[in-house]
Amino acid sequence: MIQKIQAVNDFVVKFANVNGSGSASANELFARSMLRMGVPVSPRNIFPSNIQGMPTWYEVRVSESSYLGRRGGCDLMVAMNPQTWDADVREIDPGGYLFYDNTRQIPASRMRDDVTVIGIPLTQICNDAYTDARECQLFKNIIYVGALAALLDIDTKELEKLFSEQYRGKEKLLESNIKALHMGRDHALTNLDCAGMGLKMRRADRVGKRIFIDGNQAAALGCAWGGATVCAWYPITPSSSIPETFDKYCSKLRLDPATGKRNYAIAQAEDELASIGMVIGANWNGARAFTATSGPGISLMTEFLGLAYFAEIPATVINVQRGGPSTGLPSRTQQSDLLACAYASNGDTKHVLLFPQDPKECFDFSAAALDLADRLQTPVFVMSDLDIGMNTRLCDPFTWDDSKRMDRGKVMTHDELEAGKDFGRYLDVDGDGIPYRTYPGTHPTRGAFFTRGTTKDRYARYSEEGPVYVDNMERLQRKFETAKELVPRPLVTSASKPTKFGAIYFGSTGPAMEEALDTLEREGMYLDAMRICAFPFHASVVDFIEAHDHVFVIEQNRDGQLRNMLIIECGLDSAQLISMVHYDGTPITARYITRAIASRLALFSPLKEVAQ
Amino acid sequence: MTFLAKPKLHHPSLRVNKLGYTRRDYEGAVSTLCAGCGHDSISAAIVQACFNMDIEPHKVAKLSGIGCSSKTPTYFLGGSHGFNTVHGRMPSVLTGASLANRDLIYLGISGDGDSASIGIGQFAHVMRRGVNMTYIVMNNGVYGLTKGQFSATADQGSKSKKGVANPDAPVDLVGLALQMGATFVARSFSGDKAQLIPLIEAALVHPGAAFIDVVSPCVTFNNHAGSTKSYDYVREHNEAVNRIDFFIPGEEITADYAPGSVQEVLQHDGTVLRLRKLDEGYDARDRVAAMNHLHKHHALGELVTGLLYVDPDASDMHAHLNTVDKPLNTLGDDAVCPGSAALEKINASLR
Repeated sequence: MIQKIQAVNDFVVKFANVNGSGSASANELFARSMLRMGVPVSPRNIFPSNIQGMPTWYEVRVSESSYLGRRGGCDLMVAMNPQTWDADVREIDPGGYLFYDNTRQIPASRMRDDVTVIGIPLTQICNDAYTDARECQLFKNIIYVGALAALLDIDTKELEKLFSEQYRGKEKLLESNIKALHMGRDHALTNLDCAGMGLKMRRADRVGKRIFIDGNQAAALGCAWGGATVCAWYPITPSSSIPETFDKYCSKLRLDPATGKRNYAIAQAEDELASIGMVIGANWNGARAFTATSGPGISLMTEFLGLAYFAEIPATVINVQRGGPSTGLPSRTQQSDLLACAYASNGDTKHVLLFPQDPKECFDFSAAALDLADRLQTPVFVMSDLDIGMNTRLCDPFTWDDSKRMDRGKVMTHDELEAGKDFGRYLDVDGDGIPYRTYPGTHPTRGAFFTRGTTKDRYARYSEEGPVYVDNMERLQRKFETAKELVPRPLVTSASKPTKFGAIYFGSTGPAMEEALDTLEREGMYLDAMRICAFPFHASVVDFIEAHDHVFVIEQNRDGQLRNMLIIECGLDSAQLISMVHYDGTPITARYITRAIASRLALFSPLKEVAQ
Repeated sequence: MTFLAKPKLHHPSLRVNKLGYTRRDYEGAVSTLCAGCGHDSISAAIVQACFNMDIEPHKVAKLSGIGCSSKTPTYFLGGSHGFNTVHGRMPSVLTGASLANRDLIYLGISGDGDSASIGIGQFAHVMRRGVNMTYIVMNNGVYGLTKGQFSATADQGSKSKKGVANPDAPVDLVGLALQMGATFVARSFSGDKAQLIPLIEAALVHPGAAFIDVVSPCVTFNNHAGSTKSYDYVREHNEAVNRIDFFIPGEEITADYAPGSVQEVLQHDGTVLRLRKLDEGYDARDRVAAMNHLHKHHALGELVTGLLYVDPDASDMHAHLNTVDKPLNTLGDDAVCPGSAALEKINASLR
């Protein structure tokens, strides 16, 4: 007798498909219908670096409690890919459900006896209904959505509404999709034990005003609203949709009303060397310019990043991290470019990093990065990743304060130069380490200077003198100190009881971490948690760590890069910081974090002390 | 300017241009290149061309890569912003600068190592994009700053100072620029001011990607017998196809020419390029013929110079991108931020 998993509005459905088969839009439709029922979901695409024929998965976390991270495990597998059948079947939690196409008999040896098997002759239904092969394939996806709707109690009206929004003005398509949906639903209602399905949807009101968008689109909007005028880029997964979306919105919203000409420029460069070069040239010349890339692009940009640091030129770089090193896991996620970005370049170099945890922060931090880059006259990285960047996520709606003005930083004007104000390009006039700059062409006789990657004095004159070099390097360090107060502050979530244990995490680990912390508390394990939002680290990071005996540092890379940076930058005792890493290319799960922390806490005895 | 400059005392009789500047106002710091370096002659030609064209020095942005040639922007136009970028990557920085402010004049200075070796990719692509600039390569066939290695433009079989023959085929940047779609392509010689200055003048006002390859002998490492980039060799093998007499409309034509020996190219902006033909059959508006001519004469060991190609209807990157007429770096918040109402609409579409 199978102990069936019973859950309402709280389960994981995973679709195993073949890429290029049109499943993506059907699966997204499935997820959106749940949102329309007022139940938060977070879908994730797990896809290959390929266009057609390879395995791809779509995992939907349904969570009325709004846990939007990956939970781990799978309650219902929609197994549509014979290539990955065995592994997919293995992945189902005991007591879970297997939904499959039973047109062709599958031997019992390839089934499991501890899960509920739900077979539906999808191919047969399609073959009977359609003659065209492509139609057959596309509608098969819609038919299974219809069947799942019947099994899970998804409101068909919501699905129909989504269709009518999608196919507005295309009546034929609308009609045929609705027909396919009902074909699946009717078949399930007639032939399947829908009441025996333990996973159910129930209308709720937990979505609110939140929006459903991926981090790349959000970052692109952040750049568009943040006033970026130049975008230079080179195609690379998983960041390409940032410039593409920037162009899409700007081509409608950033046109000169009188002429229809563009208030922005976008250039697809020949490589990442050129894209960052263009960004640096444009920023040097007073535009707000950004690029979007991923790890291999960062590797190529490294020389230029050193120039921008040393010559003090603003640059906004959105790094949508993927699995490395080298070409690595090109279509999987990691947080493994921290060191590569923080210290990019030969010589002593440090860069500002921002760590968004969801699309809302991709928007906010991208706009903020443009201000910070201008203010600090240095490269600023928005460290997104594939999990945030390419998956549609529920997040707070974007907001914009119309009274806000761009912060262009310290730029000496024509009138100031004319009035005789002393201009030294690398002169620290007010102690924050940030000098004034001039844009080329400002004044006929004053304020011109030579920008170079070689060493120079406070007035931008070439100098190889040791003290002059040291003076400049110390000022750059002062400037980095100033950055600590300007970047987003870390956020602390205190445990409901005092504890000696802490946890530090950042970026896309956030949603899974929130769930893990709740689970741990329910099980009597209390941890204060700090989400780091930026590098350089704010002083409160050290305070937080020093206030705890042991601090877990949870991150998605092998080497514990954030932990290493904490040790290096804050001079902390490495024994105090316990590394907890997940880096197989899949997004970290709440279950993983919970288990990893719980098993580690068990080593500290007596365990009761944990909770005090 | 903040760089160490030559004394600014002017002789009172120095000629001034329409803006009231003397030639000295276009100079920069004292050159630290070797005495007799061809690059210094090119710097002097740039100074003269900018003076002649009544260009405001601060309206020029001069960008370079790394190498002896890339050091020269320090030695001219001291009132201009300059940018010594990284090796071989000046073209992308210049492209970005041009995107930010279409109103400045962009002068890209590079060398044969910078443009034909490490930077050949960026060289090709900056031409493809039609960036409005004057791109000058000071071409000496040798790495000077690292003491005499062959560069990629050194001719096959030409000899190094130590007598070693170069085994590799040369990169012809002029041929590459033509192929990549540059709309103004010229070659000259640092020792021929009369040819070079008008070429720079014409390039500065050309509304698109203008490239001038200037053979510029390295007196220290590549001026010996067996070199094809020495003063003597270039003088002996220089085959000029034309000379530019550049006129702005309205100015009186002062020279008399034999019929058929002049080609006038009316440009988009109304200026006229008057080419005095030295090779009767040469048509500077024919890209394909220019490429053939170059290859034919290169095979004969000759160095073809002059204005090799000009597209009178040239357009630039900003036209291709349909950007606003105002420089992007001057746009205020209202022009660049769609505001909260537009954002609210986007929010609504994402539910």
